[in-house]
Amino acid sequence: MSTKMKNARLIALSLFASFAAVGAADAAGGKAKKVEHHHWHFSGPFGTFDQDALQRGFQVYEAVCSSCHGVELLSFRNLGQKGGPFYLDSCPAGIPETIDCANPNENPVVKAIASNYKFQVSDGPDEFGEMFERPALPSDRIPGPYPNEQIARLANNNALPPDLSLITKARHHGPDYLYSLLKGYEDAPSTVEVAPGLYYNPYFPGDMSQNLKPEYVDEKGYPQEGVEVPLGGVLAMAPPLADGMIEYVDGSPQTVEQYSADVTEFLMWAAEPKMEERKALGVVAIIYLLVLAGLLYWSYRKIWSDAH
Amino acid sequence: MSGHPSTYNPSTGFEKWLDKRLPIVRFSADFMDFPTPKNLNYWWTFGAILVVMLVVQIITGVVLAMHYTPHVDYAFASVEHIMRDVNYGWLIRYVHLNGASMFFLAVYIHMFRGLYYGSYKAPREMSWILGVVIFLLMMATAFMGYVLPWGQMSYWAATVITNLFSAIPLVGDSIRTLLWGGFSVDNPTLNRFFSLHYLLPFAIFGVVALHIWAFHTSGNNNPTGVDVKDVKKDTLPFHPYFTVKDGFAVALFFVLFASFVFFNPNALGHADNYIEANPLVTPASIVPEWYFLPFYAILRAVTFDLGPISAKLGGVIAMFGSILVLFVLPWLDTSKVRSMRYRPVARLWFFLFVVACIALGWLGAKPAEGVYVMWAQIFTAYYFAFFLIILPLLGIMETPKPMPRSIAEAVVTKPKPTEASTPPAGAVPAE
Repeated sequence: MSTKMKNARLIALSLFASFAAVGAADAAGGKAKKVEHHHWHFSGPFGTFDQDALQRGFQVYEAVCSSCHGVELLSFRNLGQKGGPFYLDSCPAGIPETIDCANPNENPVVKAIASNYKFQVSDGPDEFGEMFERPALPSDRIPGPYPNEQIARLANNNALPPDLSLITKARHHGPDYLYSLLKGYEDAPSTVEVAPGLYYNPYFPGDMSQNLKPEYVDEKGYPQEGVEVPLGGVLAMAPPLADGMIEYVDGSPQTVEQYSADVTEFLMWAAEPKMEERKALGVVAIIYLLVLAGLLYWSYRKIWSDAH
Repeated sequence: MSGHPSTYNPSTGFEKWLDKRLPIVRFSADFMDFPTPKNLNYWWTFGAILVVMLVVQIITGVVLAMHYTPHVDYAFASVEHIMRDVNYGWLIRYVHLNGASMFFLAVYIHMFRGLYYGSYKAPREMSWILGVVIFLLMMATAFMGYVLPWGQMSYWAATVITNLFSAIPLVGDSIRTLLWGGFSVDNPTLNRFFSLHYLLPFAIFGVVALHIWAFHTSGNNNPTGVDVKDVKKDTLPFHPYFTVKDGFAVALFFVLFASFVFFNPNALGHADNYIEANPLVTPASIVPEWYFLPFYAILRAVTFDLGPISAKLGGVIAMFGSILVLFVLPWLDTSKVRSMRYRPVARLWFFLFVVACIALGWLGAKPAEGVYVMWAQIFTAYYFAFFLIILPLLGIMETPKPMPRSIAEAVVTKPKPTEASTPPAGAVPAE
């Protein structure tokens, strides 16, 4: 393509983006079902992560999500850092005294998770110049299912499963959206047709008017009068969760709702692992600033008392 | 620089020696002693707040630059590295990120204050003009900073805004190529934006010094707009009277700042910027940061060609014009009365202007279609009419209210401002 054409295309593209897409896509995006507001343990200025939920959430991620989605920004050691799902204050009985379990790299749970993880890490080159696979260490990034985007698309009908490290921050009302989406799959309404390999979800932003069956559409392609366009859209991810598919050892309900909530809590932690530290420091900072403001106000009144 | 007789007496031998060679202690002492109108209200504390915010942004920015990698393949990951692996990196980044918003919040309040109290009028035109220069530099700095994390919004905002320059006749394409360092937003763009994002804050710092120098020459304006008559009766030294008052205001402002940083750090941002930039995927909606929304609304309000001027060029002209008009504001406003306290008609138009700016901000976040476009056009028209028609005419037509004879009088008779006052005849400047 000549530079000029490329330029022209870029102009067109960005103009389209700035002037047209804003309107069209916003309208389309508005047609998804309103997300369900779940009460999260981490909500509010004093909210913290529920460590049990984080552990169950990691279990769901490892058993189900990780088949298609990576969490490339996370290392195994993060799982054992303060506030993480497998952080240990002190070692459980039977661990030699020389080991500091509060150190994520020595945390026995994290070490076991890393070395037994379903994917190995690619390392090398070795002394023969060859790359090789080896079990993961706590210091390794958590390996994803696919070595590159092309293989990921090949395995998923040309759809690319997004990395989940930041997913709860990369969507509006991220945690509520993710929770609603995961548990919100339902059969497509009878007025629409969903292509094989795609799945209907009322919470997924899309435009179902494109999927209306021909008998509900007028000759111009618009929905006929009285035909309601269903909320939501279609996506390439099959309903990933089903009741009872993952066994919880702590007796929590083995339902799609519970799985969805737990994995969302885990992914919120994955996106914002320093949240607890942030809020705790925030309380101190605000109190400090209020006291400082009080002292300054008192000084102000005292200094200004002779001003008039 | 301080524009008032120096009261500094070097006391030690060293100070006397230094004072003959580099009178830096004299300069600082005079600066801190600067006679400041005693009736300044809390709207005047935003100047100090802005200085503090500039320093906060420079310090956090320098530290962030130690850990950031300006490369399209690593920028996004390096920001997450800061968030996850750098000690207190999350704090430094969230302070810098929300600091930009707080900086703009403060500067908008500061500018509205200047508008309301006529701080742009003689003899303070240079202070005002330098302030507009600072505002322009801030906008450029903030825009380029927003590109650095290389998220989806970074990339697409960079694409949309740099493409605006191509609307300029003749040289537009060359300017855009220069901005890009190539033929699309890519690694060279990121590199030069990083370089300039690091440079411009120091340029801002320099212009801030000139901005302060200018009003230290003319003296501060004040809520009455009346000139200082008697330094003893009308003013107080800047330190300690205003350092402590500004300090109190800064502390309160930081409570708001901290509530964002620690409890809602992403509330003012866009979720899409946590998706790495992808030139092949256009986000569902490209929205600038909140502080650019009014100007974005003005840009998109021009939906029609005007003779040889295309809608795109018209939008760009309107957007830049909305800031450039501020440069000539001191000569557009024909009224000799500075403070709108004594301009009953002008102040109504002023409040409507504030409403228009907020409405434009709201409309900037809405899709550019239907009724939103119409309202954006109405408020854009009002924005320009306020400067180009209303202020020039009001100076001639409006009868100002009586003004106090002096600042001291205004302070003493505060409860009944109408009693001891100048006759309303003829809007005489308070000289």
